[in-house]
Amino acid sequence: MIKLFEHIGKYFMLLAKVFSRPEKGRIYRRRIMFEMEALGFNSISLTAIISTFIGAVVALQMAITLESPFIPKFMIGYATREVMILEFSSTVVALILAGKVGSNIASEIGTMRITEQIDALEIMGVNSASYLILPKVVATVVFFPILTLFSIFVGIIGGYVIARWGGLMLPGDYIEGLFYYFEPFSITYALVKGAVFAFIITSISAYCGYYAKGNSLEVGRASTRAVVASSVTIMIFDLILTQIMRV
Amino acid sequence: MIRADHISKTFEGRTVLKDITVEFDTGKTNLIIGRSGSGKTVLLKSLVGLHDVDQGKIFYDDVCYTDLNFRERKAIRKDIGMIFQGGALLDSSTVRENVRLPLDLFTEMSEGEKRDRVDFCLERVRLQGADHLYPSELSGGMVKRVAIARAIVLNPRYLFCDEPNSGLDPQTSVVIDNLIHDITKEFNITTIINTHDMNSVMEIGEKIVYIHEGNKWWEGTKDDILLSENRELNDFVFASAMAKRAKSVAK
Repeated sequence: MIKLFEHIGKYFMLLAKVFSRPEKGRIYRRRIMFEMEALGFNSISLTAIISTFIGAVVALQMAITLESPFIPKFMIGYATREVMILEFSSTVVALILAGKVGSNIASEIGTMRITEQIDALEIMGVNSASYLILPKVVATVVFFPILTLFSIFVGIIGGYVIARWGGLMLPGDYIEGLFYYFEPFSITYALVKGAVFAFIITSISAYCGYYAKGNSLEVGRASTRAVVASSVTIMIFDLILTQIMRV
Repeated sequence: MIRADHISKTFEGRTVLKDITVEFDTGKTNLIIGRSGSGKTVLLKSLVGLHDVDQGKIFYDDVCYTDLNFRERKAIRKDIGMIFQGGALLDSSTVRENVRLPLDLFTEMSEGEKRDRVDFCLERVRLQGADHLYPSELSGGMVKRVAIARAIVLNPRYLFCDEPNSGLDPQTSVVIDNLIHDITKEFNITTIINTHDMNSVMEIGEKIVYIHEGNKWWEGTKDDILLSENRELNDFVFASAMAKRAKSVAK
């Protein structure tokens, strides 16, 4: 328990270093663009594949579960939309990206730590925490909500495809379900969750890498710790945000 | 000049540096030597500020470095160049980007001025044609030379080298040694090299400090070493049969 508080304290002290005044804005802007490509743009294909299939599976499951003459068919479209917006596209995609992006960040920064690249930056007088972590945080906080929107869109398309070509229902019914009782705030809710989870993944993974010690084995362990800690924190904040923002 | 005044450092109950007082001269290649685990890397990292000492003070010329806060230390750090054991080049940047980074962060130079300065430094370490390569594409000697170029790009007043010859063949080691020595003389830098390479000691060591079990055990010049009767120093420096013969000839 004491160890946990020690980690939390160190984490917030690292954040203070990360958000202290950057050396030169121009350099940071260039690094943010680079990180957006590395951490965000390069995650599009994974997000697309998973979201398409999950959207299709959700629609299929709904069709099987809601097979009753008393339940209108458009409910399949409605349920698919709600699942994608409220939970899948923000939370589940975040959990998947915690594995991909989180381990990437922890191993990159961890390797920099054990090969003394971070020490080299410090010797130069660079705030290494800010220089390495801030662009990643900004890039993911900006890009992950876009990925969330993309995931919602692609997932709904996946549901449409299975609904139409799987013979589950008429396309018109599915589309009617998509617009049925639509609450625009749910999109805001999904975007907020996307941004918060992006911050959690990036900052926790960077923390695990930044304080890695020893050899390459330790980098592997830091990477695993990053994924586990990010995933657990995402679930905790999912509950908190849902409670606060109740859609 | 860099001076350590009664510095001590302890890690998890184990005292690694014990009350060390030593001065390193400007314009000279100062060498810290000692067995593996003797505390010489901790001494070097303490001098450069990567470890905070538990006791004692460190002076850069007349400024007490240990009394400065993070922001004040930053000003001195811009005068420091350091060559790490493994080079510590940024893997995701090319040779040119690595050397250019301190200029991007700390100077207001124009693009042309930066290009000229990087070209000058790369030429100085004889790496003109390698500027587009990534660290993974370089040999061990080239990595060290890029690290030297990066270390001198801001015209440092103090240069620290942590085992600059480790992992290099004897010929390349001599090249790196001479390069560091020449740069020290050319720019009148206070250079401190941490090494256990006896060739370096005999080639470029102008002031040598021997660290033994966390203590400063001996200091002198490379000529003094040959005549020293210090048992631990002799056991370390003249460990090989060839070195023992060399000492007896020198005597």
